[in-house]
Amino acid sequence: MTTHAPAPSFIRRLLSGDLPRSRILTVILIAIVVGLVVAPFLVPGARSLNTSAKILIFIALVASYDLLLGYTGIVSFAHTMFFGIGAYGIAIASTRMEPGWTALAVGTSCAILLSVILATVIGLFSLRVRAVFFAMITLAVATAFSTLMSQLSEWTGGEDGITFKMPTIFQPAYRLFEEPVLGIVINGRILSYYAILIAVVVLFLLMLRIANSPFGRVLQAIRENPFRTEAIGYRTVFYRTIASVISAVFATLAGVLMAIWLRYNGPDTTLSLEIMVDILLITVIGGMGTLYGAIVGSVVFMIAQTYLQDVMVLVSKASEHIPLVATLAHPDRWLLWLGLLFVLSIYYFPQGVVGSLRDRARGT
Amino acid sequence: MMEGSVNASEPRVSLETRGLGIRFGGHVAVNAVSCAFRPGELTCIVGPNGAGKTTYFNLISGQLRPSEGSILLQGRDITAMPTSARALAGLGRAFQLTNLFPQLSVLENIRLVVQARRGFGFSLLSLWTSHRDAIAEAETCLERVSLQHRRDATAASLPHGDQRKLEVALLIALNPDVFLFDEPTAGMSIDEVPVILDLIREIKTDSSKTVLLVEHKMDVVRSLADRIIVLHNGTLLADGDPATVMESPIVHEAYLGMSAKEAAAIEQVAHD
Repeated sequence: MTTHAPAPSFIRRLLSGDLPRSRILTVILIAIVVGLVVAPFLVPGARSLNTSAKILIFIALVASYDLLLGYTGIVSFAHTMFFGIGAYGIAIASTRMEPGWTALAVGTSCAILLSVILATVIGLFSLRVRAVFFAMITLAVATAFSTLMSQLSEWTGGEDGITFKMPTIFQPAYRLFEEPVLGIVINGRILSYYAILIAVVVLFLLMLRIANSPFGRVLQAIRENPFRTEAIGYRTVFYRTIASVISAVFATLAGVLMAIWLRYNGPDTTLSLEIMVDILLITVIGGMGTLYGAIVGSVVFMIAQTYLQDVMVLVSKASEHIPLVATLAHPDRWLLWLGLLFVLSIYYFPQGVVGSLRDRARGT
Repeated sequence: MMEGSVNASEPRVSLETRGLGIRFGGHVAVNAVSCAFRPGELTCIVGPNGAGKTTYFNLISGQLRPSEGSILLQGRDITAMPTSARALAGLGRAFQLTNLFPQLSVLENIRLVVQARRGFGFSLLSLWTSHRDAIAEAETCLERVSLQHRRDATAASLPHGDQRKLEVALLIALNPDVFLFDEPTAGMSIDEVPVILDLIREIKTDSSKTVLLVEHKMDVVRSLADRIIVLHNGTLLADGDPATVMESPIVHEAYLGMSAKEAAAIEQVAHD
């Protein structure tokens, strides 16, 4: 706290008293938030807008996973299942019903209900036993769910997924004003983007509040010493189950936002194991048990994922004449470099970006 | 011990085990132990290593499920109750191996206990800092074990002696009716031991509290015990006031394996 001036009390309240606690981190976070707010104007274009929207959605998704992994110490592989439930809820409701606000509301409510039921059942059945068992159960259930969604092609579009329509103001053809604002036409895409931005801000602040509530403190106690947590009077299985239900609900809402953004949903966009691995990586890279790690991690990851290939095209072209380098720098090898980047970052910053910056600020 | 043996002049029983036992495969770790404990009484549980003392504690506090028998707390059968519910029902346990929340602050370790007892753990949308009286109460407990200067340090960073003090502070914060101490001075340096003993003595002065203490150090047993029970191979071998128990030949036999120094210490207790 000595490293920077005290934050105004309304910001402190908004952040539930859980400030970044590092000057560098504060600057990075402000830059990211400002960047995401002005992104549509600063870097116009469908691709950058798409990257920004995905960053936003992943912030909510990863933060919800951090509540489970970083705060409670529970490893789950079913997080994409809940993400998918949210997206499929919107997809199915918007194709089976008249697309619009009612379909959004019905899809969201049904998806949340399903997620709550599934998370409760999985939690009560398996959270009382060993952690490894819970991880295995979630993996099995998630795989089964993914297969089920592919099989129910009449409802879900199977492997191809389904495209659907959004309420008018979120449709690309919609124009809020006749004239462009600051050179940008305020269409349905821009409006969707800002709706998602507002939703993610609310969800993130809500999660920050839960993490700093008496309940959130019990979760950290469970992570530190589940045996003693039980011995001082907390029924850990209930706390773990509620944590996994809360995390599932936030993941579902992230899925809803994903469906609103893409106006499409299929197994590869929300259910794949690849996304599950991304979530895990971002949580670790950002810094477990910090929530802010979700913001920093998502930005780093999404930008690396989107633009690393572009950089490699440049490098590859520049090194055409050097045989081995050209092969290694070929754009098709981008996953190799991404992997290497993560191994190095986890090796050097096991605490994640946020954890390392906070340690630095404390002078340890 | 049957209820008939508790006559009106004796204070009521706070904790009782009836035929309590547990088997691991063919090995009987605790064998049909029946014993009642009363408020205002400090009972030391002694016995050689492997006698089943810690296992007996694990059964009482709920870490292990008994194969037979029952446990009564304030006359209520708690045999099927989970550990957490027992803690809130008034049964507090301090552990032999320090068992804290290592990366949480010293104050937070205690505050969590206060929060458990006050029952606001399921509050999701309030800020933990807004429950100021819980923080204040935790600070009081911290002062009782003289750790206020380490308030914000992580539990893991404390020296061993201070960790043991914090362990006791957690129990003080829980404020149970029945305290179970499992070798509270284990691994402490000589000059730190009296601090812990004073804390236990302080608890003992409250006549509504029952204290059970597993202890190896005979000088500690001598200075604290109102009553001694001896466990040997899981069986209750002797039960009574310190002088009587220490004189009994059956106890000497059970202790044959112990060092001459400790045997002498027992003699000493017997003659006092």
